[in-house]
Amino acid sequence: MKSCLIVDDSRVVRKVARRILEELQFAIEEAGDGQIAMEACKRHMPDAILLDWNMPVMDGIEFLRELRKMNGGGAPIVVFCTTENDLGHIQEAVASGANEYIMKPFDTEIIQSKFQQVGLL
Amino acid sequence: MNTDVFNQLSSLVRERSGLVLTPDKGYLLESRLLPVARKWAQKSVDELSALLRSKPDPKLIRDIVEAMTTNESFFFRDIKPFDQFKSLVLPHLLKKRAAAKSIRIWSAACSSGQEPYSLAMILNEHKLQLSGWKVEIIATDLSTEILDKARAGQYSQFEVQRGLPIQLLVKYFKQEGDRWQIDAAIRSMVAFRPFNLLEDLGSLGRFDVIFCRNVLIYFDQPTKAKVLDGMSRQLAPDGHLYLGGAETVLGITDKLQPLPEHRGIYVQATPAAVPARAAAG
Repeated sequence: MKSCLIVDDSRVVRKVARRILEELQFAIEEAGDGQIAMEACKRHMPDAILLDWNMPVMDGIEFLRELRKMNGGGAPIVVFCTTENDLGHIQEAVASGANEYIMKPFDTEIIQSKFQQVGLL
Repeated sequence: MNTDVFNQLSSLVRERSGLVLTPDKGYLLESRLLPVARKWAQKSVDELSALLRSKPDPKLIRDIVEAMTTNESFFFRDIKPFDQFKSLVLPHLLKKRAAAKSIRIWSAACSSGQEPYSLAMILNEHKLQLSGWKVEIIATDLSTEILDKARAGQYSQFEVQRGLPIQLLVKYFKQEGDRWQIDAAIRSMVAFRPFNLLEDLGSLGRFDVIFCRNVLIYFDQPTKAKVLDGMSRQLAPDGHLYLGGAETVLGITDKLQPLPEHRGIYVQATPAAVPARAAAG
């Protein structure tokens, strides 16, 4: 079973994403901001990370840059999942090492097709 | 909706498009035709049916048939067929058409254009190898309304996230308000035209590749056979036909056969295979 870390400051979004990803047979861990996510990655590097952009303490893009510098941090497939939907943000995310990008709102079909594209399914 | 109305509308759709609506599809007929009823100032599908009976306006008939035959579409739908196109079909064409330097592809029932544009993006990624080649993508659909949308190449945020890799969104799309506009260079690679698969396919010419995915499932057996035989005639001797995951040629036509180990791809039946199947049958 592959593991996925869901990083989002909204409990509701985490719950929706968890339900979708559990149906796709992922073992789920959750984090409410980038720093908590960092700790989780130090304990156990997940196969996939679904990552929000705007969060308190440490935001998604900061987390991603830190992750990619970490030992073994190049391995997880990172899929941004954010309300930021302009080309500038998307380009910045890809340049910082994101593998895919989801613009909220999302549904099962979008998550499934994006995870399929990056070879997670 | 009563049985008479259902029969009237479903036989009209079947006659014009080949689409078979079984009686359990009453809800589909109702939900798709209610907007058409409103457009024609009718309160219900029953009233629409009465209008059709009293005055069979060709425009009304077209609206009804189009509403029933329009289907949802994705970029790079199911991924694998497009991976196979990249790894198998395109290299074959680059080799076998090296002298003619010409490739013709047909996207049959292209809906809002995601399939032909997906192919155009793949071909554009190989433009160095294809420099000096004549590459044609002909995309057809029954619905002129959906073809207008396809030609415009404008998609919603939802549509561009269904199947389209983010790198290709960044590379080939511009954001215009809440819409995403596909690049003019990609648009110009695809020629859209209205076409009914029940017509003579000969007018479209010869193709190296035909994509006809998730279309045949809506047809009855004789119509499937007619369309597949017609496609076999338009397909180059070494051409490739793509069907949807739930579709097959087996038991429908002996002109085509599956390509071993490449699910969803069909090629011209080899002379050796035909008698074998005839003997088996």
